[in-house]
Amino acid sequence: MSETTPTTTTTQVPPPLWLLAEITYKCPLHCVFCYNPLNYAADRTELTTEEWKDVLRQARALGAAQLGFSGGEPLVRDDLEELIGEAHQLGFYTNLITSGIGLTEERISRMKELGLDHIQLSFQDSSKEMNDFLPSTKTFDLKNRVAKLIKKYDYPMVLNVVLHRYNLDHVGRIIEMAVEMGVEYLELANTQYYGWGMVNREQLMPTREQLERAEAVVNEYRAKLGNSIKLLFVVPDYFEERPKACMNGWGSVFLAVAADGSALPCHAAKSLPGLKFPNVTETTLKDIWYNSDAFNRYRGYGWMKEPCRTCPDKEKDFGGCRCQAYALTGDAENADPVCSKSVQHGDIKKIVLQAQAPRTEEKPLIYRNDANSMRYAAIPIKEERDKVT
Amino acid sequence: MSELTAKPKLARLFRMQWEEAQGAYVLLYPEGMVKLNQSAGEILKRCNGERDVQAIIDDIEQTFNATGLEKDVTGFLEIATERGWIV
Repeated sequence: MSETTPTTTTTQVPPPLWLLAEITYKCPLHCVFCYNPLNYAADRTELTTEEWKDVLRQARALGAAQLGFSGGEPLVRDDLEELIGEAHQLGFYTNLITSGIGLTEERISRMKELGLDHIQLSFQDSSKEMNDFLPSTKTFDLKNRVAKLIKKYDYPMVLNVVLHRYNLDHVGRIIEMAVEMGVEYLELANTQYYGWGMVNREQLMPTREQLERAEAVVNEYRAKLGNSIKLLFVVPDYFEERPKACMNGWGSVFLAVAADGSALPCHAAKSLPGLKFPNVTETTLKDIWYNSDAFNRYRGYGWMKEPCRTCPDKEKDFGGCRCQAYALTGDAENADPVCSKSVQHGDIKKIVLQAQAPRTEEKPLIYRNDANSMRYAAIPIKEERDKVT
Repeated sequence: MSELTAKPKLARLFRMQWEEAQGAYVLLYPEGMVKLNQSAGEILKRCNGERDVQAIIDDIEQTFNATGLEKDVTGFLEIATERGWIV
């Protein structure tokens, strides 16, 4: 049977198309659903301007066309404009993924001159009280001013709002806010449970009823608003029966470079044990993309176990997410337990069911900040996982 | 079916460029990319807001030394309009 023969990396590897440049992990916000590594504060190393420019040149030469500047908060670096200019010259489509904190009129107009194509601005909620609660900072008014600036300088704008138990019921008001701002896309992204989102999972997990109500509201607005604004509703995968096609396959289109220069096939990949991620200061991007163990480890289908190995959907969903498989089953080569074919699927169902139970006492949220991060840096990851699950 | 604009042009959200690594024209937009096949690329390239639909058809037929491409071209322009690529 052909299914029993591993077909893997001998087939030609396509070039990377997406480069995510996480230029710093510094951030003025403290969001409880952030996907950044828990121990980000333990290593403050950041690539220099010249090193980043070199990464941009190499990635573009390999074939990457989409570029996201992210972090942390990318505006914290004052060479961001210089990097945008370089990226534009190279022919990238440049996206700035930001909280808006630090985006002055002077900077935004300079970025326009230098060729920045698009700004994705995040909001936490539709009201000042809720927006300022979960990231634990007072930013609502400031973000509103930034949204006006983005429109004034005629950027296409994606408004991103991460959804969870505390704001899913406000989704109608969030859509109204986006319409008023004149955004082109509203990304309603349900929390993905990685990094800080994972340690706060119990608190952030919505009920199924909340989700269904929110989705119905989104659909009503879609019918009403038509093509004037695109509403993207990213369903939380814990509530699904089939896994997401994470990263469109490991090492297939996506390349992230973290603040310290480590190259990652997925921005959460540092949570996986036993993988050594090559650093762009030591190895060329070409060598990293095509030859490194980290990028080849889960390419193709040869690494798969059952039920993925013989699953007819393996070319569609690639067995789901490696980081999630590891976090929830302890083995990154297992099927993502979101899949109903996974023997651990019951664990996910249990987590979803727990969210339904009435809450007598709220567990405190753990904010993404340096003090908490240093605390996590001192604990081995596995131990922490056992504590939270 | 969408009404075709008299002189279609690329919508402001999209940027089109040739990508050597993919051997294709692509449409780039916020956090996304569409790889175009050869005919889609050739047609969209001609949507510059100055040519009308007939001129696009004529130009395509001349370039490919063919006739009877009207349906293919307008069919694609309709899809491109529906997807918001051209206005």
